[in-house]
Amino acid sequence: MTTGLWQRLHRQRVPLLWWTSRRTYLLFVLRELTSVAVVWFVVYLLLLVRAVGAGPGEYERFLDWSARPWMVAINALALALAVLHTITWFMVTPQAMVLKVRGHRVPGLVLAGALYVAWFAVSAVILLLVLS
Amino acid sequence: MKEITLRVFRYRPETEAEPTFQEYAVPLRDDWAVLDALNYVKEEIDPTLSYRWSCRMGICGSCGMTVNGDPKLSCGTFLVDHAPGPITVEPLRNFPVIRDLVIEMTDFMQKLGAVQPWIIRDESDDDPHTELLQTPSEMDDYKRYSMCINCMLCYSACPVYGLDSKFIGPAAIALAQRYNLDSRDEGQEERLDVLSDDEGVWGCTFVGECTRACPKGVDPAGAIQRAKLIAANEAVKAFLLPRWVR
Amino acid sequence: MTAPDAASAHDVVIVGGGGAGLRAAIAVAEADPRLSVAVVSKVYPMRSHTVSAEGGAAAAIAAEDSFDEHAYDTVSGGDWLCDQDAVELFVHEARAELLRLEHWGCPWSRTPDGHVAVRAFGGMKKMRTWFAADKTGFHLLHTLFQTSLKYRPVTRYDEWYATRLLVDDGRVCGVVAIELMTGRIETIAAKAVVLATGGGGRVFPFTTNANICTGDGMALAYRAGAPLKDMEFVQYHPTGLPFTGILITEAARAEGGWLLNKDGYRYLQDYDLGTPTPEPVLRSMELGPRDRLSQAFVHEAAKGRTIDTQYGPVVHLDLRHLGAEKIEAKLPMVRELCRDYERIDPVRDLVPVRPVVHYMMGGVHTDVLAAAPLDGLFAAGETACVSINGANRLGSNSLPEILVFGARAGAAAAAYAMEAPPIGAAVTAQAADETRRLERLLASDGSESVAAIRTAMQHTLEGAAGIYRDSDTLAKAVDTLRELQERAAVAGVGDRSRTFNTQLVGALELAAMLDIAESIVHSALRREESRGAHQRTDFPARDDVRFLAHSMAYREADGGCRIEYQPVTVTRWPPGERVYGR
Repeated sequence: MTTGLWQRLHRQRVPLLWWTSRRTYLLFVLRELTSVAVVWFVVYLLLLVRAVGAGPGEYERFLDWSARPWMVAINALALALAVLHTITWFMVTPQAMVLKVRGHRVPGLVLAGALYVAWFAVSAVILLLVLS
Repeated sequence: MKEITLRVFRYRPETEAEPTFQEYAVPLRDDWAVLDALNYVKEEIDPTLSYRWSCRMGICGSCGMTVNGDPKLSCGTFLVDHAPGPITVEPLRNFPVIRDLVIEMTDFMQKLGAVQPWIIRDESDDDPHTELLQTPSEMDDYKRYSMCINCMLCYSACPVYGLDSKFIGPAAIALAQRYNLDSRDEGQEERLDVLSDDEGVWGCTFVGECTRACPKGVDPAGAIQRAKLIAANEAVKAFLLPRWVR
Repeated sequence: MTAPDAASAHDVVIVGGGGAGLRAAIAVAEADPRLSVAVVSKVYPMRSHTVSAEGGAAAAIAAEDSFDEHAYDTVSGGDWLCDQDAVELFVHEARAELLRLEHWGCPWSRTPDGHVAVRAFGGMKKMRTWFAADKTGFHLLHTLFQTSLKYRPVTRYDEWYATRLLVDDGRVCGVVAIELMTGRIETIAAKAVVLATGGGGRVFPFTTNANICTGDGMALAYRAGAPLKDMEFVQYHPTGLPFTGILITEAARAEGGWLLNKDGYRYLQDYDLGTPTPEPVLRSMELGPRDRLSQAFVHEAAKGRTIDTQYGPVVHLDLRHLGAEKIEAKLPMVRELCRDYERIDPVRDLVPVRPVVHYMMGGVHTDVLAAAPLDGLFAAGETACVSINGANRLGSNSLPEILVFGARAGAAAAAYAMEAPPIGAAVTAQAADETRRLERLLASDGSESVAAIRTAMQHTLEGAAGIYRDSDTLAKAVDTLRELQERAAVAGVGDRSRTFNTQLVGALELAAMLDIAESIVHSALRREESRGAHQRTDFPARDDVRFLAHSMAYREADGGCRIEYQPVTVTRWPPGERVYGR
């Protein structure tokens, strides 16, 4: 292989905005971005734990802070993104997980369905705990 | 006869510093694939156009190109589906271009070999006069991953490979899984070194575009995620368990 | 051009990276890991035409089967032109080779208990065709290629086109080849050369063969002085898709498909091929041999009972009664090809098919060790003619053939290379000659296009050397091909680039095709009888007195073609009547 030819190869570069070129790329980047919402909920939970640990006064202040309109807006947005995050991952789980029952592969729809059932069950338990 | 315009990527390294596009008017025939149109151009209009092709039946994997932005086998992509045109034909993305529609693929070939794509097993007890048994269900475990024709459409669709060509890539990992999941194979551990490397399965961010691009239903994205599970399991085991238990 | 140096000198050079070439390479590496072996191929190995083989690979393995029955089917299928000693060793080694492929990981289709499954095939009296659904060649090639990667001594020259055999005093010493990416012309010296470049179906306009099947290896050997054997025997496969020529595998009929004329009638019953039954019967009707089925089509068309299309007459292949489940399990590629290239679904629709050039029984003359009559030259696969295929190859014999004789060629070339003295300096001058010739070709300024000459050649062959032939058209074709040779000699390449110049390769391939085209028409003109795939309307009967013999085509110094004959080896099966369906 002559070195001259290697220099003459035309190198195709990936444009900076490559992720806007296809709908599927864009969805992928969105899915990756939604993890920020998940991080936010972890931080929010830690703040709650700290407030509870610091006594009733601090807890009240935390609740007031959380009730402010912009906080509600942030949490609503984060919830929407987290739901999107969950759904997109549930959609691809059957691709990554192959379950076999008595020699037959469990169909992807069944697997994804099971995940949704589990998700709703856990949410229902939490809802019960909160409401009671 | 109706016509359609092909807008073809041209790059002649001896005479041009940068690629150009050249337009050709070709007959718009119902049964013509993009490959037939390119052959028409080469035979009737411009013999200097270079591209690879061979079987024209979607099994040799030679004729992958970017057709109107999508990675496609040009023998199986029909003109009428892109009428009224024009149809833009470019080389596969993410590879260096040698000339016109011909890309350089030694990197891909090295990666295929790197995953040790052959049966690894202790053969001392094997009887060469009889087959190793494998039930249809055991074959099903890996069959899908054995369907890869090495057309490289998945590499062309993969933004991770485009951004960092060190990533071992979809087809190579699917090929490793093809052998890992074969009941006759015992080489999973040996392949793990390459797969669990930073440029192995962990490079993949699960865009999933490789699976959508695959003309043979191989599902490399699924193969990669399954390989991640194996690699993660092994890493956890190596971390937690003493050597003699593993 | 320099003398062969270490970087481009090997013990064994294999030209062609398909099934036969890769099997040979592995055989050399296994013979002695110290041997250096190179595979020179104009395409990456997994692009080779082996990949397109669909139906399966024959080897007796079932309890009720035997080597003798496989041999008899092969000999009678070949209309007694096979060398029976070669057939006998072939059927034995076929089984060992297919088992070896199994151990290397080939995903053969299985029975529920995990054993290799076998299916029926045309001309075979027993179920003995191993298959990997209907992508057998694909799986076989990829298994071989992937397995070959573990052998360190194998050096690959991918996308290098071999243009000439170097011959010193009757001994083959290597090849000259062009690296396509750079246009570099290089001598690759070798103590032994194996030709494994496949067939040359592209000599015809309508063929199942890939674009790369241009008879390169046959032409290399022919020009170097080795004879081409039985070149008049060109197999038409009865079921190709119109326009593309894409093959619909014989397995479609083995699984129970029917051939229907325009009235929906299973016309094969009119051509001494048996009586129709709902279930397939071995060696009967749709499971007759390919030559007889393709000939029946011609007669049916002459009676006006075929269906006219813009691509000529067709008949229908009916798979609808097999049902979606069976088609999906056993014939997924048939369905895929019909959907993608004809936009029909065989589960619901009739598949239009017509005979299509598929395989060359003839090739470089070799003995059972795969050695050609030139020292240091070996050949295997479709390039070669041992002959196990005689006047008509049976479906599913070609895949085991590339394995059996690929392995034999590799082993014999390795043994030869270990004993052979070093290569002399005489090849340097030849290599320089060849380099000058190629440089001239690249710079040539002819007005005629390679494509136009190629098209003219293809139509000449189809007209003269098709399913039925006669003396007048063959004699005319001899003259036409001479003219085309002269035109090709002054045709222009039309592209002076050194970088991936596919026009240059196209011109060299055309030259190869013209040479083997001449050997085909000369051999066909001289064989005044009808046997297997060679049917002469002016000599409709088989003539065992004059022609139970292989035709051997030699290239004369002036470019002409001389035909000699060599007797057929008969061991246990004296010539008899070919009986199918009764």
